[in-house]
Amino acid sequence: MDIVYTLWLRSLKRYVRSKSRIVGSLGMPVFFLLALGFGLNSVVQMPGDTGENYMQFLVPGIIAMSVLFTSVFSGIQIIWDKQFGFLKETLVAPVSRLEIMLGQTLGGATTAVIQGAFILILSLLIGIRFTSFTGFLIAFLFMTLIGICFAAFGIAIASKMEDMHGFQLIMNFVVFPIFGLSGALFPIESLPEWLVPLTLIDPLTYGVEGIRYGLLGTSAIHPLVCLAALGGCTAVMIVAGALLFRKASI
Amino acid sequence: MTAIHVEQLTKRFGDFTAVDAISFDIRKGEIFGLLGPNGAGKTTTISMLSTLLEPTSGTALVNGIDIQKDQDGVRKSIGIVFQDQSLDEELTAWENMDFHGRLYRIPKAVREERIQDLLHLVELEDRKESLVKTFSGGMRRRLEIARGLLHEPAVLFLDEPTLGLDPQTRNHLWTYIQTLNRTKGITIILTTHYMDEADRLCDRIAIIDRGTIIAMDTPEELKKRVGSDVVTVTSPDSERIATEISAPWISGAEQHDGQVTIRLHDAEEHIAELIRSFGDHEYAITSVSIHQPTLEDVFLHYTGKTIREEEPGAADRIRMRMMGGRH
Repeated sequence: MDIVYTLWLRSLKRYVRSKSRIVGSLGMPVFFLLALGFGLNSVVQMPGDTGENYMQFLVPGIIAMSVLFTSVFSGIQIIWDKQFGFLKETLVAPVSRLEIMLGQTLGGATTAVIQGAFILILSLLIGIRFTSFTGFLIAFLFMTLIGICFAAFGIAIASKMEDMHGFQLIMNFVVFPIFGLSGALFPIESLPEWLVPLTLIDPLTYGVEGIRYGLLGTSAIHPLVCLAALGGCTAVMIVAGALLFRKASI
Repeated sequence: MTAIHVEQLTKRFGDFTAVDAISFDIRKGEIFGLLGPNGAGKTTTISMLSTLLEPTSGTALVNGIDIQKDQDGVRKSIGIVFQDQSLDEELTAWENMDFHGRLYRIPKAVREERIQDLLHLVELEDRKESLVKTFSGGMRRRLEIARGLLHEPAVLFLDEPTLGLDPQTRNHLWTYIQTLNRTKGITIILTTHYMDEADRLCDRIAIIDRGTIIAMDTPEELKKRVGSDVVTVTSPDSERIATEISAPWISGAEQHDGQVTIRLHDAEEHIAELIRSFGDHEYAITSVSIHQPTLEDVFLHYTGKTIREEEPGAADRIRMRMMGGRH
């Protein structure tokens, strides 16, 4: 456990020091939130009569987006460690690769949740009101699961990549589709029927709906289903990440 | 007492044999050098001994522990400074040390005391709170050596410890390495393609080329085998000279790149006679020099070619520059 903590501590120290990365990775979610939120708030009529407006609907999606991108990126960062030699230092130590992988995953998840929390605070500042304190805790639970799931996913990908060249490919063809299909920007009930199965195999959908339940009190998918689906997916990603990282060459 | 025992150790990558059935023993407290050109198999050997690479065949014991049967056991008992930098530049010197100490599960009190001592040893005490990215190449190397010693390994591996460093810093590092070896009794195995480094530091040297060890002995013995003196002749007729020259006091001659290296005894005494015989044969001579044999001559003697030393290759230079200038 102390080894996992050591790797986690390193991630956090690096995170706190890279101010430009913190601000940089907040840029896109904030832009989405403000542009889409304010821009579409008055023209989009939410289905049903829950009384929520589009801005309220959007906030959980953007929080999930922020957590998703930060966690995938932090997982993929082990490629840097590989390229700049630091990974050797950890791999030659008398510790198991599983411990290294778990530490890296939890470190990435933590920074991702912090990034998500920034969006949450921002949305409070622009006047969004949420239901309850318990709701916050539920939202954080789902943010944490998204963080762990996709940090492990990032490590799994990084274990297979030689350098950062494939990074853009992964971002455009894997991470953006995961975000786009998740119902972060639109209610999944109003999608054409042929598209629904795609959103339902996207693990982020359950994360977005879970956060939405926590913050707004309503969700298209039952929160326990969300918890089970996302939790299961997280477990699978950790196992996949651990297996691939164990075989990764340096 | 044996620190490292290597037997028929082999590593193949596909069709390419990087290390070909090498065997050697390193005594406790020795500084042992693997000398050879880039790509000779030095780093591959080190990687196998430090459990980063699985051997294709053969066995090796490090501190009596089998490198394949008990990887963690080997890892605990060795320290390693890699050829490429392996520090976290976003962390301070102290944090890099602390990270290492935690990975090796050194209790907090001991860890802090040792970090303090080691940073003092490598004269980085006053920079301990600085981020590593602000460090020069030499400072980084010193920090890496200090880090490699933190868990008090019995054997320290140094892979090209002074690659890309300026002469002054190299000298400085050599002194550190010798001090460490003498005061702490640590067995050191280093790889290098610098002849002077091997000559100055190593108790024994294994010359390695194309994955095999072609000679192994103390630097003095290796040089003695070449002959007591060496005359190097630069000439357009170098090939003829190498095949035709002979005298009782000449022990051998090798031709390479328009030069002949003649191994002989008491060169001062015989030089006049040698020059005369050049005249008799009507060889065109550009220049002649006499010197004591160096490891360069030894290498030439065993491999028939010169080692590409002096400067790191272009790729190394780019890599060093990237490391130095990275943010």
